[in-house]
Amino acid sequence: MAVPEDESWLDDDAGRLVRPYTVSNGRTRPTNKLDLLSMVMATGRLPQAHLDPDHAQALDLCHNPTSVVEVAAHLRLPAVVTKVLLSDLVDCGAVTTRDPSPAADPTDRFVLEALLDGLQRRL
Amino acid sequence: MAYNDGSELFPTAIKLLIAGGFGVGKTTFVGSVSEIEPLTTEELITEASIGTDSLAGVENKSTTTVAFDFGRITIDPRHVLYLFGTPGQERFWFMWDELSNGALGAVVLADTRRLDACFEAVDFFERRGIHFLVAVNEFNHAYHYEPEEVRAALHLKPHVPVVLCDARDSRSATSVLVSLIQHLLVATMSSNSA
Ligand SMILES: Nc1nc2c(ncn2[C@@H]2O[C@H](COP(=O)(O)OP(=O)(O)OP(=O)(O)O)[C@@H](O)[C@H]2O)c(=O)[nH]1
Ligand SMILES: [Mg+2]
Repeated sequence: MAVPEDESWLDDDAGRLVRPYTVSNGRTRPTNKLDLLSMVMATGRLPQAHLDPDHAQALDLCHNPTSVVEVAAHLRLPAVVTKVLLSDLVDCGAVTTRDPSPAADPTDRFVLEALLDGLQRRL
Repeated sequence: MAYNDGSELFPTAIKLLIAGGFGVGKTTFVGSVSEIEPLTTEELITEASIGTDSLAGVENKSTTTVAFDFGRITIDPRHVLYLFGTPGQERFWFMWDELSNGALGAVVLADTRRLDACFEAVDFFERRGIHFLVAVNEFNHAYHYEPEEVRAALHLKPHVPVVLCDARDSRSATSVLVSLIQHLLVATMSSNSA
């Protein structure tokens, strides 16, 4: 398969967006802070530039809200690489994200009661 | 041009950990309760202080790839529960903050044939202040202990619940999660009234 050599993705107002190929190009530090349980979802806004196969596949997995860790598992890529891909997609507006941290408060009774109800319904 | 940032549409992701010693049934447990086949991925952990005794030849600041499995339960449209089975090699997940950060609580699976294998997990959650319960996975032909015997053997604090389960059975494993959430609710109420 032909791989674009050193061709950056360009967007009129945002400039250079996504670095070319080799999945994450060796990067392990995404520009957006993403947690394993950060939720991600496609915005429906497609980047003007052509997506390389890895970014396209990652984007494909985000049609419904899902978590970074699920995208990683389906891509069969390490979470650290997946975070870079998703972060690129966030940078170019194709994906939106929400951090899980505020929700993970173990003293949030509303959340605990929702969990209890939901689990008991499965018994 | 306005794009929906989607924050209204995102369910809240909640994390529980399924911990315990090597081969105790963590993956089996996750698979029994999960609505999806358990998935596996790996993460890179960077740790400045890996004990030099445990990993001969590895430099002090090193990166390790750790594989872990997880499952999912959609609770309702607003809450999605993720269950993370901690990696079998405990010495890695103990150094891994992202796994335990933000965890709502934990199940420590214990195998009565090797009760000591879950000491480290118990100790870890106690030090981190993560609420947990101990679920004894009753393997066939294993010696049957009463919960109070397990409590004594593991030096558990009186408030830590001990329950029995069969990790292969969805209902049994789900009951363990119900007990854990009930435990968390009690802990919340007692800390609010303190
Ligand atoms: N008889 C019996 N066997 C079980 C039970 N739970 C798990 N097993 C078996 O025990 C073996 C280990 O279970 P796993 O779920 O892979 O254990 P694990 O804790 O994920 O193991 P590691 O990830 O390697 O640490 C498997 O062969 C299971 O089928 C149980 O409740 N009863
Ligand atoms: Mg396992």
